[in-house]
Amino acid sequence: MKWNGIDYRLRIEARLDNPGWVGVVSSIFGILFALIVGGFVLKAAGASNPIATYREIFKEGFGTFADWQAGLHAVVTNTSCPKGMLCFGPLSDTLVKASPVLLTALACIIAFRMKLWNIGADGQMFLGAWAATGVAVFILPDTTNRVVMLTVMALAGISAGLIYGIIPGFLKARLNINEIITTLMLNYVAYKWIEYFVVVGPWSIGDFESTGHFPAAATWPRLTEYAKQYPITAGLTIHPGIFLGIVAAILLAWILFRSRWGYEIRVIGDNPRAARYAGINLKRNIILVMGLSGALAGLAGMNEVAALRELNGRFQRGYGFTGVIVAWLARLNPLAAILVSVLFGGLLVGTKLIQPQGIASMLQGVILFIVIGTELLFHYRIELDKVELASVVVENKSLNDNELEEEISRDQ
Amino acid sequence: MTESPFAFEMHGIVKRFPGVLANDHVDFASRVGEVHALLGENGAGKSTLMNILAGLYRPEAGEIHVGGKRVSFHSPQDAIARGIGMIHQHFMLVPSHSVAENVVLGLKQPRFFLNLASVEEQVDALGKQYNMSVNPRARIWELSVGEQQRVEVLKMLFRGAKVLIMDEPTAVLTPQEVETLFGTLRDMTAHGHTIVFISHKLDEVVAIADHVTVMRRGEVTAAAVPSKGITKPQLAKLMVGRDVMFLVQKKKSQPGDVVLATDHLCADNDRGLPALQNISIQLHAGEILGVAGVAGNGQRELAEVLTGLRNPTSGTIFLGDQQLDRSTNWMEISQKLAHIPEDRAAFGSVPGLGVSENLILKSFNRPPISTGWSINTASVRENGTRLVKQYNISTPTIDTPARMLSGGNLQKVILARETSGRPNLMIAVHPTRGLDIGAIEGIHNLLIELRDQGTAILLISEELDEIFSLADRIAVMYEGMIVGELPPERANLNTVGLMMAGTKVES
Repeated sequence: MKWNGIDYRLRIEARLDNPGWVGVVSSIFGILFALIVGGFVLKAAGASNPIATYREIFKEGFGTFADWQAGLHAVVTNTSCPKGMLCFGPLSDTLVKASPVLLTALACIIAFRMKLWNIGADGQMFLGAWAATGVAVFILPDTTNRVVMLTVMALAGISAGLIYGIIPGFLKARLNINEIITTLMLNYVAYKWIEYFVVVGPWSIGDFESTGHFPAAATWPRLTEYAKQYPITAGLTIHPGIFLGIVAAILLAWILFRSRWGYEIRVIGDNPRAARYAGINLKRNIILVMGLSGALAGLAGMNEVAALRELNGRFQRGYGFTGVIVAWLARLNPLAAILVSVLFGGLLVGTKLIQPQGIASMLQGVILFIVIGTELLFHYRIELDKVELASVVVENKSLNDNELEEEISRDQ
Repeated sequence: MTESPFAFEMHGIVKRFPGVLANDHVDFASRVGEVHALLGENGAGKSTLMNILAGLYRPEAGEIHVGGKRVSFHSPQDAIARGIGMIHQHFMLVPSHSVAENVVLGLKQPRFFLNLASVEEQVDALGKQYNMSVNPRARIWELSVGEQQRVEVLKMLFRGAKVLIMDEPTAVLTPQEVETLFGTLRDMTAHGHTIVFISHKLDEVVAIADHVTVMRRGEVTAAAVPSKGITKPQLAKLMVGRDVMFLVQKKKSQPGDVVLATDHLCADNDRGLPALQNISIQLHAGEILGVAGVAGNGQRELAEVLTGLRNPTSGTIFLGDQQLDRSTNWMEISQKLAHIPEDRAAFGSVPGLGVSENLILKSFNRPPISTGWSINTASVRENGTRLVKQYNISTPTIDTPARMLSGGNLQKVILARETSGRPNLMIAVHPTRGLDIGAIEGIHNLLIELRDQGTAILLISEELDEIFSLADRIAVMYEGMIVGELPPERANLNTVGLMMAGTKVES
């Protein structure tokens, strides 16, 4: 590019001095910038005042300060939520939405930490939902104890996701087949699998495209069940799923940062050659990590059917992809993922009533796009150079992700 | 016979890289129609000099003349416009494209409509002319490495290169392919082309070159010597030089039990060609076996086989009483077997993890660092703090990512990690490459100290000084074989130079 008669050239250099706060700043900056860009899209879509729209989304997703105040008052006095107030309703809905998001985000985090790009959490979640449903509706008697029933459903969901994650893991480890393609394609297999069972196949009841309601023991207990004793809980659908997610996040953080296995995962993710040099078994870890990733997504599926109380043809797609975005925004930190999941839960709930539909997906997309874009700005120094001094060779090591493939092929 | 004119001349070329003076006022020139070999060890500055000639780097000082006129290159396009083209060690080809498509890749002309058929004809004609035909419609991935190299040559000829720089062209070829390549090179010089042949293989230089220029540590040690008048041992001596010897204070070694024994060990390189042939060595506790040799004669493969990074094709390895093979759990024996890898950034460290986490890479799987499933953070930090202090690693904190350390400090991290566990066997590959004198001395003393504590050390190095001053026994590798073994008293540049050039010496 010419300017003032001097030839300039862009130079991209990896920054070595990357303090920890850079990630946080880049995530927050990404969200803010995405909201600005999204505002223009909202405007173009016909919103007269995008800021008002955002305020509405936030209100729908989390409630207002007055709502919370009224809610707290009702808790203290053990009365019901005053008329015209939402109290904890929005928050409850948001946490319900946040739990599958959190679990799929954790599934992505563990895989991404090892640079295994599992974008099949959606499919693994579907299979988890399918297995949990099978156990609840067709295997265990309806009279089973609730704790036993839910535990067995969780185990079924975890196992199904585990197996579904191990398939691409095994293909990657043994045959060096790109996991991005296999996990993505296996999503569609899972969608069709569920479709076969509940839409056309053996599990549907009549023309309802549904398994019908689960027995009571196979559903998450909700806060609203206690409305008789505590009137404030009326209408609150919050269930233990979010706590399941939080416990999983804490466990995953422990595994990553405090366990031998987590150390191996981080070494492989950062430098697979050094891992092999240290005697770490790459192939076993690829299979194990894909298994754990699938298991977490499978648990998300169980969680979702236990909350929906049925498996039907409208079982929602896309949580696995939202998980990718949340994992990235959380900088692959399981604990940060808790916070980001709640934010995204709020976004999903708050945009439900907004027309046109798809605003939530649009904002998610813009956020991810901008966060990854700003990553480049933060991790690389971009300089304008006079061509006179331009160095032709661009040091670009960290953009090379083929190392894992190379090392797998060397590891006979 | 009158001498032909200079194809190009380089005068007083200076090029610095961070911490290294790669070219120190280098003069280099080549005449039209000759094969001129540029010989030197790894890191001698040959590739840098040629990258400058090819327009990839800009020199800080010095002049380049082509055909008698002073030129200044800003890019490889400028160089090729003056008829200078370089073929790099790693081919710059698009595997899924055809030969003809690769040949025209990057050309400014034609702008829109590509007459591939006419390109194919021209490529075919060029190939026939120089006796190196390649099917212009074949895809690159379908071709052998030798054929891919021909495509690179054709690419340069198509662009009108008169001077062809080849950076270690034989490194990836089989002996038969090397013969074919040499035939091609002779055809090309007969047509008035000039070839600069970068190599560190003495045999090839003597076989193909008309003149030889030798570089060592950024300087020319012999300029344009006719290859007829020089022997391989003389060349080897010029390559490895006769610098000030490092003087290391050491006692006579007290060899103990056999720690490492290999029997008829064979292995292939990455290309699947034999790299190690019947290596049988015995290494005792408390001694240093120095392995000398020109790079690329199997040293890397030897280190990789001994540390489990490469599987041998036949032969046995014993570490003490324990046989090492495919079933060995390398993580378990990593305590006994230390390894300073050749490429410290690529193998020896985890750049994104902190210094203290890098220091546990070999010990994270056992107490006190880990108990059961969990890693004891306190002992990781304690271990890090202790080693940083003991080995004088200068780092802002023990949590600083390893990628932020200098080469010398990174090497100290690796040494600290590998030596602190009192290993039985240490495989040290170029442990001082690229380091400054102070760091080198520290590492030498550390290796002697380790030896005196009873560790058996296999020292692989290109620096003969290093081997002469440290080793208790010296073995020389040539083409994957140990051609001889000497005590250091009997070793001098002459004998070792002869052995490095493939001459067997009775020990």
